[in-house]
Amino acid sequence: MSATGIGAAVRRKEDHRFITGKGQYTDDISRPGETRAVFVRSPHAHAKIRKIDTSAAQKMPGVVAVLTGEQLAADKIGHLICGWMIHSKDGSPMKMAPHPAIASGKACYVGDPVALVVAETLTQARDAAEKVAVDYEPLPAVVDPAKAKAGAQIHEVAPKNTIYEWHLGDVKAVEAAFRSAKHVTKLDIVNNRLVPNAMEPRVAIGEYDTGNDSFTLWNTSQNPHVARLVIAAFIGMAPEHKLRVIAPDVGGGFGSKIFIYPEEVACLWASKRTGRPVKWTSDRSEAFLADAHGRDHVTHAEMAFASDGKILALRAKTIANLGAYMSTFSSSVPTYLYATLLSGQYDIAHIYCEVDAVYTNTVPVDAYRGAGRPEATFVVERLVEVGAREQGMDPAELRRKNFVRNFPHQTPVIMTYDAGDYNASLKKAMEIADVKGFAKRRRDAARNGKLRGLGYSTYIEACGIAPSQAVGSLGAGVGLWESAEVRVNPTGSVEILTGCHAHGQGHETTFAQVVADRLGIPIENISVVHGDTDKVQFGMGTYGSRSGAVGISAIVKALDKVEAKAKKVAAHMLEASESDIVFKDGKFTVAGTDKAAAWGDVALNAYIAHKFSGQELEPGLKEGAFYDPTNFTFPAGCHICEVEIDQETGETRVVNWTAVDDFGTVINPMIVEGQVHGGIAQGVGQALLEGAVYDKEGQLVSGSFMDYAMPRAENFPPFNIDTTVTKCPSNPLGLKGCGEAGAIAAPAAVINAITDAIGTEEVTMPATAQTVWAALQKANRMRPAAE
Amino acid sequence: MTAVSMTVNGKPVTADVDPRTLLVQFLREHLRLTGTHVGCDTSQCGACVVHIDGKAMKSCTMFAWQADGANVTTIEGLANGAALHPMQEAFREHHGLQCGYCTPGMIMAAVDIVKRKGHDLDDRTIREELDGNLCRCTGYHNIVKAIAAGARAMK
Repeated sequence: MSATGIGAAVRRKEDHRFITGKGQYTDDISRPGETRAVFVRSPHAHAKIRKIDTSAAQKMPGVVAVLTGEQLAADKIGHLICGWMIHSKDGSPMKMAPHPAIASGKACYVGDPVALVVAETLTQARDAAEKVAVDYEPLPAVVDPAKAKAGAQIHEVAPKNTIYEWHLGDVKAVEAAFRSAKHVTKLDIVNNRLVPNAMEPRVAIGEYDTGNDSFTLWNTSQNPHVARLVIAAFIGMAPEHKLRVIAPDVGGGFGSKIFIYPEEVACLWASKRTGRPVKWTSDRSEAFLADAHGRDHVTHAEMAFASDGKILALRAKTIANLGAYMSTFSSSVPTYLYATLLSGQYDIAHIYCEVDAVYTNTVPVDAYRGAGRPEATFVVERLVEVGAREQGMDPAELRRKNFVRNFPHQTPVIMTYDAGDYNASLKKAMEIADVKGFAKRRRDAARNGKLRGLGYSTYIEACGIAPSQAVGSLGAGVGLWESAEVRVNPTGSVEILTGCHAHGQGHETTFAQVVADRLGIPIENISVVHGDTDKVQFGMGTYGSRSGAVGISAIVKALDKVEAKAKKVAAHMLEASESDIVFKDGKFTVAGTDKAAAWGDVALNAYIAHKFSGQELEPGLKEGAFYDPTNFTFPAGCHICEVEIDQETGETRVVNWTAVDDFGTVINPMIVEGQVHGGIAQGVGQALLEGAVYDKEGQLVSGSFMDYAMPRAENFPPFNIDTTVTKCPSNPLGLKGCGEAGAIAAPAAVINAITDAIGTEEVTMPATAQTVWAALQKANRMRPAAE
Repeated sequence: MTAVSMTVNGKPVTADVDPRTLLVQFLREHLRLTGTHVGCDTSQCGACVVHIDGKAMKSCTMFAWQADGANVTTIEGLANGAALHPMQEAFREHHGLQCGYCTPGMIMAAVDIVKRKGHDLDDRTIREELDGNLCRCTGYHNIVKAIAAGARAMK
C-alpha cells in the first residue's frame, strides 16, 4: 500500500479551504444586482386561500415584486413531482396530488409557501412579507398518520388520504408458517419522525440571462443534474440545455438535499419575472417547516419461531406518513428501500409486508440518512431481541442460529445478498465490547443505583443504489448508474469529473486516492470536479451510500480506457507492439526490455502527437464512462450499545459503543470511520433525543433548535470502531459503501440496550428521560410486590 | 443608518449600516468574510462564533453596532499568514470536519476553550464545553480528538 493509495488514511485535500474559512457555500455567493427573497408561508395546516392582497406589500420600501401561486400557474410553471411510481395491491397507480411551487387556492401544511416577496435587501423583503394579507378559511387538519384514512380529505385525487396500499411477499406462505410456529413475537412500533437538519440551511439563487434566454440555479443540492432534469423536463422552466445548475460546497445533506424543492423553482421563475438574480436563504426555523422530514412509520410486526429458535417467518403492516405532498423520491422509501430489507442478516423463508402510504397536513416526508433501511432494521432487530428474551435465549446466540451463511442468498423480498460474514462481525464486536464482562459491569452499576443494559443491532443495508434495469422494473423514473470522465492534461496531471456530489464525504480525497493508486502519480496532481452541470455532463448524485460503489466504479471504468489508450501512445513512442506494453507504478515498459516511458511523457506525447499519425491514433488522452451496477451492495455489521439509566430520573447515558462493520474494500479508513461516527450520532439522536412533534392542529411544536433536541458532544462516549472485510463481488474494487450504516444500526441497538436495562419492552423513540422514567414506573407497578 | 467602526482581523473598518444588521451579517455581507456561518436563528448552533476582544461570541446574537470599537477576529484572521493556527492544523490532522460548515465556529470556540481551560483537556471537559456548538456530520468523536491535540499544540 502506498502512502496515498487505496487503504491509506490520507488527510483530506478539501480541508484547507474549510479550516481557513475559504469554503464556498451557496450563501457565500453574491451575484451582481442580486435581490433577496422571502416566502410568506401558511400558518395553517390545512386552509382554503380565499384571497391574497399584495397591494400593501408592493408599496413597501425596496420591494421589487410580490408573487403568488396564481401568477405561477398563469405562467404555466409545472408542478413538482415524485419520480418513483408505486402501484397498489389492486394494480392502481399511486395517487400523486398536484404540487405547485407556490400554493394556489389551498394550503396543505404549516409552512406551505403562499407568496414570494422579492426586495432589494433581506430586511426589506421581511418587512414587506409582513404586509402580505392572506385571507384563509381554516379546514380540519389531518396529523396522525394512523388516523389519516378517516380524516378530512386533503387532495381531490386521493380518497381516504391514501396514496397507495402496497405489499410485498407471499401472504399465504407466511400465514402457513405462522400457524406452524412454536412462538410468535409481536411488536407495535413507531419509527419517530425526524428533521434532517444539515448544519447549512438550504439556499437557492436563480438568475435569468436575458441575452441568452438561459437560467442558472445555484443550490444546496446533492444531485444538481437531477435537479436540472426535473426543473427542465417536468416543471418546464427552461429546456435542459438552457439551465445550468451549480451546487458548490454543500454543508451536509443526509438526504434532505436530494429533492427538488419549491423555493428553487420559485427563485428561477422570479428571476425571469424581475430580470434580477433572486436569492433565498432559509432560516433554521424556516427549514423545520420547509425541508423534507424523515421516517414517520407506524408498524405492527410479528416474527414466528420454531421450537429451536429458528425464525420461520416475518410479517409487518406499516402506515407511512408522506406528509402533505409527495416529495421527489418519497414513494420509494417505505416500499422498496424498506420491505426489501426485512430479512435482515437472517435466513427467513417467508416474509410479507403491507404498506399504506398516506397524506397528512404535515411537511412532506422523504429519504433521510438510511431511508427505509433504518426502519426495516429497527423492526427486525427489535423482533429478534424481544423474541430471544421471550424464549429465554441469549440474543447473540439466537442471531447466530439464524444468520445467512451461504452466498449468494436469495431472500423472499427481492434482494440477493452477494457476500458477507455476519458471524465474524458479531464475534469481533462482542470481543471489543467485552460482552463477557458485562454482568460484572451491570452489578457494579446497580451498586451505584444505575440500571445498565446491553443491546445488539446486527444490521444489513442495500446500498450502491442501484442497477438501473432493476429499479426501473420497480417503478423508478430514472436510471441509477453513475458517470465519470478522466481528463489527462499534457503535463500528466489529471482531472476527474464525477456525477457524484460531495457534501462532507471527502470525495476530493478518496477519488484522487483511487486514481493515484492506479496511475502511480502524486495525489497532488489530481483534482476532482463535481457539482456543476456545465462541467460534468450528467450524473445521478450522492445518496444511498452510492458514491464509492457506483461513482468510483465509473472512474475505474474510465481509467481502464485511459490506460488502454495510453498504452497505444507508449507503443508508438517505444516502437513496440501494443501488446508488449506493461503499465506499472506510473511507468510504461516494453516487456522483457529496459525500454520505458514515464506517465508524464506518454501524456505529453498523446497531445503533441508527433509519434503517430492521425490515421493510426486520435490525439489526446480523455475518456469517459457510465457505470451501471449489476446488483445492490450489502454492507452489514454489528453494533453493540451499552447504556446506564438513572432510576430516579430515567436519564439514559450511552456509556459504550462498539461498531464492527463490513464495508468491503476501504479506500480511506479515516474517512470511513468518520462516516460511521456521524451515522451513529444521528441514530442515537433518533433513539434518545430527536422527534418532530405536531399538535392536533398541525402546528410543528418542535420547530427550532430550542425545541428539537439535536445531539451534542456530551451525549456520546468515544466510539470503538472496527471492520471486517468481505469484498463486494459485483464492482471492480469490492466496495460496499459506508455512509448510512451508523444511522441504520444505531436506533435498534440503543432501544435494545434500554429495554434490557429496565426489563420492559414498552419504550418508544425518542427515549427521553421522561419516557424511560414512565416506562420504569409502569413496569415497577406491574411487578409483584414480593419480587 | 448607524455608523460602526471596529477592527476586524487587524484591519480597521468603518461603515454605515441598518441598525438591525447583525454582526454576522456585517461580517459576511458588508466585509465579504464568508467563513463565519449561520446555522440557526436561535443562538444554538455556534457556526457563527468569532472572537470579540479575545472572547468567543456568537456573532448572530449581537448587532453590528454592539461591536463598535471592538477587536474582532474571524476564522479568516486566525492563521498567521500561510502558517495555520495549531487548532486549524489539529482539525485537519484528526479529521475533525466533514462538510466544513460548523468548522469555523468549532475552531474559534475551541481556541477559546483552551484559553479558559488550559492545554491539557480531558474528553469530558471538551464535550461539556462544546455545548454551544452543533455538528451534524462527525458525531463529535474526531472534533473532541482534534481539540485535545490542538490544545496541546498551542502550548
